[in-house]
Order: sequence, then structure tokens, then C-alpha cells
Amino acid sequence: MIELVNVNKSFSDKQVLFDINAKFEPGIPNLIIGASGGGKSVLLKCMVGLFKPEGGSINYDGRDFVHLPYEQVREVRREIGMLFQGTALFDSLTVEENVDFPLKMFGKMTPDERKDRINFCLSRVGLENVNKKFPAEISGGMKKRVGIARAIALETRYLFCDEPNSGLDPITSRRIDELLHDITQEFKITTVINSHDMKTVYDIGESITFIYKGKVWWQGHRNDLDSTRAHNHELDAFIAASQF
Amino acid sequence: MNKLFFELGRYILFVRSMFFKPERFKVFFERTIHEMNNIGVGSVGIVTIISVFVGAVTTLQTAYQLVSPLIPMKVIGTIVSDSSLLEFAPTITCLVLAGKVGANIASEVGNMRVTEQIDALEVMGINSSGFLGLPKIIAGVIMIPCLIIVANFLMISGGILAARLTDLMSPNEFVQGARETFKMFTVTVSMTKALVFAFIITSMSTYEGYFTEGGALEVGEAGTRAVTRSCVLILFADFIIAKLML
Repeated sequence: MIELVNVNKSFSDKQVLFDINAKFEPGIPNLIIGASGGGKSVLLKCMVGLFKPEGGSINYDGRDFVHLPYEQVREVRREIGMLFQGTALFDSLTVEENVDFPLKMFGKMTPDERKDRINFCLSRVGLENVNKKFPAEISGGMKKRVGIARAIALETRYLFCDEPNSGLDPITSRRIDELLHDITQEFKITTVINSHDMKTVYDIGESITFIYKGKVWWQGHRNDLDSTRAHNHELDAFIAASQF
Repeated sequence: MNKLFFELGRYILFVRSMFFKPERFKVFFERTIHEMNNIGVGSVGIVTIISVFVGAVTTLQTAYQLVSPLIPMKVIGTIVSDSSLLEFAPTITCLVLAGKVGANIASEVGNMRVTEQIDALEVMGINSSGFLGLPKIIAGVIMIPCLIIVANFLMISGGILAARLTDLMSPNEFVQGARETFKMFTVTVSMTKALVFAFIITSMSTYEGYFTEGGALEVGEAGTRAVTRSCVLILFADFIIAKLML
């Protein structure tokens, strides 16, 4: 479980996140939703350690990520997988080498075991016969799948996805959503997904956190979303605009 | 002035952050060999062309300036070999390498920055500056002095070739002039310059790429900045080394 307690972040004199408190449970897709510029990506980057928050704590199963010594932060990071908005695959490496990268750097497997693990991860995300291709030679949807395969290669405990559907057609988007949902349940990962796609929210979202102007405006279950929007003007406006 | 101190401080901190214990020595070794191939072997062609022509032109221009019949022609060999070893081979070669290798490193690292590949390394718990920068610095510090040795040899060879082709003097006369006043210390100065310039080119280019912000346009600007700053630093370091060692 990941727990955020009073997380604050500002850039120069502009505060972006205000006392964020939230919990993200394992085994279910946790969605962070909100309009662009609301602070979703900054929050995600604080959670994975790319930005350091000014105040508060980010607890990974009780380990305060913000205040841990550097060596222990790196230990926690090795349990984290991330799917970036632009996939962030290494251009100079093939698909196979991209998935192999974390295994080679941190795994304790023999070359044969690594090969089996690569093939397992790639087949789990529905990719076959692309092992030797470079990222530039495959489609956007396939890149996202390779990104997911790389993120789960090391038996990740925490998976973060920043706008996993951006730039994808509706059919591929749904497949990626289903894949993230299934992987989260199968491996009991704590998955946090940044999205403003309401179809994703209704299809796979279970715990929903709505961020508005850098604050947690609402957190609850997907089933409570429709009843809440009736008396939550900001949430209602966001959902209406997203569906439009 | 504030910007200058900001950049200087950030550069020093960046260089310091690169020196770390590699996560996996095998991966680090493979990356270093790969960079040695890129930086060293990939630059042999351009270094060969430049060195031969600089040596040849230096010989012809020195002969043009030495018009007195009292000065023996072998002095041209002395001047060309000494100036090649002390200045032309390390400085001109490294200025060219700043353009070729420096722009390449800055655009490669800059592209990794804007496409979030560096963020991906950080999220995995990898020291990204060390992972990307240290193999390049080690490769540069090993391979660029080797290129300078090749450049020294080719510049003198270019000088001999030009003297022979233009009937200025015989190769023996040229070599005699070069050997008569040869001091091993000039090679030490040449190698010192090569090491310092190699460090400047690789570290400055990695730095410029690493702190790129924006998109494709900014990656191009980072490449340009890496080249100009490396060139200025090389010339500055050249002056300091000359003052301290000669």
C-alpha cells in the first residue's frame, strides 16, 4: 500500500500540490483523475522520487520514501515500475534488451533465466516476434506494451502509469486498460494510474482520486462517482467535460 | 554573472555525481567499450584527414616565411614537429573532436532527457548521470590521447610528404631537423593537453545534454552550446597548461 500524508510541492514561488492525503491499495487499479495542469503528473513524479516534495511523507508499506537515506531510496525504487506517457523506451536497445535492462542491472538470474523471464513478460503483454525490433520499428500501442513488460520484469510491487492511453486509438486504449487491470490483479501490484480518460475510469478504475487545483478534491470508489458528482460541482464539471 | 556561477556550480556538482560505484561492472564495462568505439574508432577518419593536411600546410607556410639563405632547411622539420606536438595535434584535433564527439554526446543525452529515458533510469534506482556520463568520460580520456598520438605522427608525416612533393627538401633532412631538437617533454605536454581536453569535451557535452529542457529544438541548441563551450574551455585550458608547463 502507498500512503501520502500532507504532501506539498512548489516550483519557485508557485505551489502546485497542497497537503495531499491519499491511500492506494494493492491488487486494484488506483486512478488519479483531474484536468491538465491540476497537479496529477507532479504528484506522480513526487511519488516515484523524480521530484522531492517540500513537506509530508510518501509511505511505501510503511517506508517513508521522502526521508529515507539515499541507498534505501534506491532499494524502494527497484520495486517500482513506471510506464511513462511517451513510453521512455531506450532507443538504442531492441525490445528484448529494453525488457532485459532492469533484469541485467538488478536481477540475480542466469542468462537463460533472464531470457525466459523476458519471453514471459512479453507474452504476458501479448507481444510475440518483436524481440529483435527497435522501438522505432513498432507501433505506439506495442511500445506501451513493451513499457509495461519492462515495468513488471523485476516482479515489481508498485506500478505507476502516466496517461497510459495518450496517443492511442480507442480500441488499443481499451486493450491497454484491460492489460493493466489484469496485471494488477494477477501480481497483486499497487497500481497508480494518471488519467483523464473517463472510459478508463469507468472500465477499470476502482479507487478514484480526483485532483483539482493541486488538492485532493475527492477520493472514493468508482461506484460512488455518480452519486458524488451530483453535489460536487468541480467533479461534475470534469466528468461532463471529459465525456463530451 | 549569477548565471555563470549557477552553471559553474551545477557543472561541478554534476561531474561529482558521475563518480560512483557501478551497479553492474559488466554492464559498465560493455558501455565503456561501446563508447570507446564511438569516440575513438569513429573519429579516426576525420583525425587522419585533418592531421595530414595541417602538417602539410604548416610545412609549406613555414618554408614561405623562412626566406633567409642562412637558415638551413632542416629547421622547417624542427618547427613543424615541435608545433605539431605542442599545439596543433592536441588543440586543433580536440577542437574538431569537440564538434564531432561533443555534439553527438549532447544530442544523444539531450534526446534521452526530453523523451524521459533519463527519468526511467532514475525511477529504476540507477544513478543516471554516472550511468550515462562516466563511460563516456573514461572512453574519452583513454581514446582521445590515442587519437592525439596518431595525429602527432600524421602531422609530421604530412609535413614530410609536402616537403617531398614540392621538392622543398628531402625526407631525411626533415627528419634530421625534427630529431635534433626533440625533447621528450613536448610529448608529455601534448599528452597532458589531450587528457585535459578529453575530459572537457566529454563532461561538458554530457552536462549540456543532461540538463536539456523542452523538445527537439532545445536538443539542437544543447548540441551547439556543448560545442561552443567545449571549444572555449579547451582554448582556456590550453593557455593555462602552456603557462604552467612551458
